[in-house]
Amino acid sequence: MTMASAPARSQNRSALKRAFERYPFLPALIILVVLMVLNGWFQPRSLSLSGVTGLIKTYLALMFLAVAQTYVIYAGDIDLSAGAIVSLVNVVIVAVMTALGGDGLSVMAALAVGIATGLACGLVNGLVVAALRLQAIVATFATSIFFTGLALYIQPVAGTPAPAAFWRTYGGRILEIPFVFYAVVAFAILLVVLVRTRLSLRLLAVGDGQQEAYQSGLPVTAIRMGGYALCGVFAALAAFCITGDTASGDPLVGGKMTLFSVAAVVLGGSALAGGYGTVVGSMIGALIIGFINSLVFFVGTPSEWQNLVQGLAILLALMAGVLVGRRARA
Amino acid sequence: MSDSAPATTSTPVSTRVAGFVKQPLIVALILIAALLLLGEALSPGFASGQQIMRLLIVAALLGIVAAGQNLVILGGREGIDLSVGGVVSLSAIIAGNLMAGENSGIPLAILGCIATGALFGLFNGIGVTLLRIPPLVMTLGMLGVLQGLLVVIRQGIPSGRASPGLANFVSQPFLFGIPGILWLWIAIGLVMAFLLGRTVFGHRIYAIGSNEQAAFMAGVPVKAVRIALFVLSGIFAAIAGICLLGYSGSSFANVGEQYMLPSIIAVVFGGTPLSGGKGGYTGTMAGALLLVILQSILVTINIDESGRQMVFGITLLVLMLFYGRGRSMRA
Repeated sequence: MTMASAPARSQNRSALKRAFERYPFLPALIILVVLMVLNGWFQPRSLSLSGVTGLIKTYLALMFLAVAQTYVIYAGDIDLSAGAIVSLVNVVIVAVMTALGGDGLSVMAALAVGIATGLACGLVNGLVVAALRLQAIVATFATSIFFTGLALYIQPVAGTPAPAAFWRTYGGRILEIPFVFYAVVAFAILLVVLVRTRLSLRLLAVGDGQQEAYQSGLPVTAIRMGGYALCGVFAALAAFCITGDTASGDPLVGGKMTLFSVAAVVLGGSALAGGYGTVVGSMIGALIIGFINSLVFFVGTPSEWQNLVQGLAILLALMAGVLVGRRARA
Repeated sequence: MSDSAPATTSTPVSTRVAGFVKQPLIVALILIAALLLLGEALSPGFASGQQIMRLLIVAALLGIVAAGQNLVILGGREGIDLSVGGVVSLSAIIAGNLMAGENSGIPLAILGCIATGALFGLFNGIGVTLLRIPPLVMTLGMLGVLQGLLVVIRQGIPSGRASPGLANFVSQPFLFGIPGILWLWIAIGLVMAFLLGRTVFGHRIYAIGSNEQAAFMAGVPVKAVRIALFVLSGIFAAIAGICLLGYSGSSFANVGEQYMLPSIIAVVFGGTPLSGGKGGYTGTMAGALLLVILQSILVTINIDESGRQMVFGITLLVLMLFYGRGRSMRA
């Protein structure tokens, strides 16, 4: 508290603050690294190529869904139907692939139909929340019931197998490198492109202050609808991953993922109120959930205690993320 | 029009009628009457006395959960409690194990469940106020913890049974031919109306819900009030869990999950906006009943589960249009 040290300290502090402002996902990244080290400590093989491949294979779907949720949360909205969209797209693409014979071309056609389905669902959400101005939490819950109904109509019970051409590719290797790594690279390029588009910035502007955004001439309703549309498309991509991972259609497969996607966004340092956040953070958040789940397994927690320990760890990580993020910004 | 125009007031009758009809409670009651008529038309006997009693019992379970949800939402600052479903399930299991089918175990079960609900509510409240975690995040995390706890307690085996006394309280006529749970719901409705309308605590809830800063300046202990709201939400969910045990006889996996989002919808249908600060519990009671009747009609008509869900989702959206929509943007 001497006069001499005060300026130096404030300078240090502002450097840290600038780093956090530029990279809001830094706290999440630190948590992720700690979790990876702990995973390696308790189970060295978990950090081997096959270990990491397995983890990505399982959690790539959640990473996509967390990113989907992020675009909606950017604008201060929320999408509780994200998991239902995953389920719907899952059964749609399995049905289309099976109907068209299950070869490479039918897979391509199915993926196109899947993207269109996700986009349509996103537009429906955008319509009820942004255009009809219903409250996002309850309105997207209502659409989630509708989407689940559609999924059940297409496939009433779980278990229709996906064509082998699809899941063999997802779980296989191209030039000795696991396919999921290509998927991750493509995912990253897609996000880099999207970060540079106007829509990302405009969603953040709307989330920062809807009224101000409107007064400065932004088409707020169209922007919010754009966020939901983007969310629908990314939910469809998440559905592709989950179909590759589970190799079957299940009308309820995504239901449990909705709340995890929200948790991943918060873990990644984005503000639920909107106007502040990064998609990279959300991907890290999804991986944090994955590493927590595997760590709880690797330390030898008795099976009936695993859910509780996972729940506690995720709650603590959420709280830590919110607290550290706020301190860094303050 | 000529002879009915009131001379004493400047507002025309049509406007006053429109204003009256736009009150959320009136909207809900009109919709309830319409749905009952529709149900009776689709399947004669739907609106018989016995059926309505059954609908009321199911609505009471949802309504009791929604009482706590309502309080948290009224308190504002994005107040919401996603952990209620977990508390309902946990409470049902604890009650079933503490009473183990014996009437003598009821007092202990009630005490244990309410203490548990209050404890989790306290955790939520502390996280939201002292640590300033957004309620959605805090209660979502708590839901994960509760679901994990359920697995530990259950150990994979369904355990615990309702005592005959509790089962009768929920489903058999208790006084004037009305089951005890409905008396309980009415009592909760009266207590809530008194609490929100006539007590300092109630006024403070509206104060922090509509303008927290102003309430703080006026000397309202904002944090203490908000913690109390979350504690009450946990207690109401715990009470609902005990009643649910009496309704279903035994507690099975995650019975409470079905109440998480419907409790929020009941509050919205009752005229309390998610932004808080205005509304009340009487409307929420009507909202819970509305939701239960709607679901019951969908079970009555002969369509697939898939069609039922689609119709339910669309109907919820249409009904939401009757309630306050967000303001349109103005330059």
